[in-house]
Amino acid sequence: MEKLLMKGNEAIAEAAIRAGCLRFYGYPITPQTEVSAYMSKKMPKVGGLFMQAESEIAAINMVYGSAAAGVRAMTSSSSPGISLKAEGISYIAGADLPCVVLNIVRGGPGLGGIQPAQSDYFQATKGLAHGDFQLVVLAPSSIQECVDLTYEAFDIADQYRMPVMLIGDGMLGQMMEPVTFPEEYKGRDLPEKTWATNGTQMKRKHNVVNSLYIEPNELEKLVVERYKKYDYIKETEVKYETENIKDADVVLVAYGTIARIAKSAMQKARNEGIKVGLIRPITLWPFPEKIISETAKKAKSFLAVEMSMGQMVEDVRLAVNGQADVHFYGRTGGVIPTPDEVYNKIIEIAGGAK
Amino acid sequence: MNHEIIIAGFGGQGVLFAGKLLSYTAMLTNKEVSWLPSYGPEMRGGTANCSVMIKDEPIGSPLVVNPTEAIILNKPSFTKFEDKVVSGGKIIYDSTLIDCEHSRDDIEYVAIPATQLAYDMGANKSANMIITGKMIKETGVFTLDEVYETVKKLVPASKPELLELNRKAIAEGYNY
Repeated sequence: MEKLLMKGNEAIAEAAIRAGCLRFYGYPITPQTEVSAYMSKKMPKVGGLFMQAESEIAAINMVYGSAAAGVRAMTSSSSPGISLKAEGISYIAGADLPCVVLNIVRGGPGLGGIQPAQSDYFQATKGLAHGDFQLVVLAPSSIQECVDLTYEAFDIADQYRMPVMLIGDGMLGQMMEPVTFPEEYKGRDLPEKTWATNGTQMKRKHNVVNSLYIEPNELEKLVVERYKKYDYIKETEVKYETENIKDADVVLVAYGTIARIAKSAMQKARNEGIKVGLIRPITLWPFPEKIISETAKKAKSFLAVEMSMGQMVEDVRLAVNGQADVHFYGRTGGVIPTPDEVYNKIIEIAGGAK
Repeated sequence: MNHEIIIAGFGGQGVLFAGKLLSYTAMLTNKEVSWLPSYGPEMRGGTANCSVMIKDEPIGSPLVVNPTEAIILNKPSFTKFEDKVVSGGKIIYDSTLIDCEHSRDDIEYVAIPATQLAYDMGANKSANMIITGKMIKETGVFTLDEVYETVKKLVPASKPELLELNRKAIAEGYNY
């Protein structure tokens, strides 16, 4: 397989096209504009459609329409733009439709900045918009993983008929690394989209796509059914990576590019004889609670490292559930923590644990 | 192999391309590699830089904080990165544009008048390739042939004259 040197943004766009995405609705915002640029060049060549919408809100509602018609559809943005898309994503979730939304996160709140951040964790995993609903949230930490998880995102969306969010940060979007694309992708066995509003051919009853249910009992029943699906996803779709956790006194928890920085800090600490391990959530929802809970039976301390004021750390605390100390180190607003800063925090914790 | 490289200069001097050249060569010679640009409004006429990691082991943080080699094409970047180079590291700079004093005695300063050499060659925009050639020579990170191969891949087939020009510029720096 040929190795290509690609930016994260371009690799995700290429992977989406190869995964069969035929509709992309974009609106430019730093640091993810290359996704739209790439799509605008490539989509017409594969018989797909790229459209620059008049706004983020328009773009997500175009995704709603394409998803309803049973076509693989995607949109991408960065933090402030995702907030604008939130309403549409809630409708898509309420209508049980599949789609992929990419968030290349930048510093916030407000217009914030344009440099890398992870301060949209709460938004992605807990409260993206109104109503009882979840997204599956996938967080790659390398460009190769951007490719692999983009394929996966479309399959998960179709399998469960729900929106899937790919979440990265400006660093991941902008950096280049070697990647390979599978010659032939063997995805999941997916059910036919018999629910799609793609024309009856006068052969079946028309399908209805809707998220309005006036009758409380009817709506409750639907939401409860949807949560059974979420429970199943929690059992079957959790993804994470661990390193050095068997003998670890201090366990780092970090996702995305920050997991790489944490890894560099871990290696430095290991060289100094400090037993440090790493748990890297790949799915932010469903969160890898079980492995954290199990690891907490032996480890003394946990250290969540994030580019935020501390968001994922709350899920780490819930999973640890008092079995070990939970610490936090973060930088925010677009500042990237250095491996040395994380290392110093590890030393502080390890020293305190003796 | 453990190179953590910063390439810095003004937007337009080709620092991102120089980084791409090194990164592609690293990929083609089966090294682990990452390339991370500075991005944003500071690129328009201001300073631009990129981090290039070239290693044998998988790369952790892609952000170069303390470079083993800094390739510097303007004064503001010299001032910004001189203190950051690791002890025993190298700072390779364009002495046509930079006349700063050397303030450290634990790093090696490699001066090359890259911009002047580029003008003398009649290839005004090739200072980035000239200084990259010098860097390859000073560090031994790649052979000249390995870099030539990459240039062939990076230059579009429709512009064969650029291939020759880039190769000449790299050789000019390498042999300086």
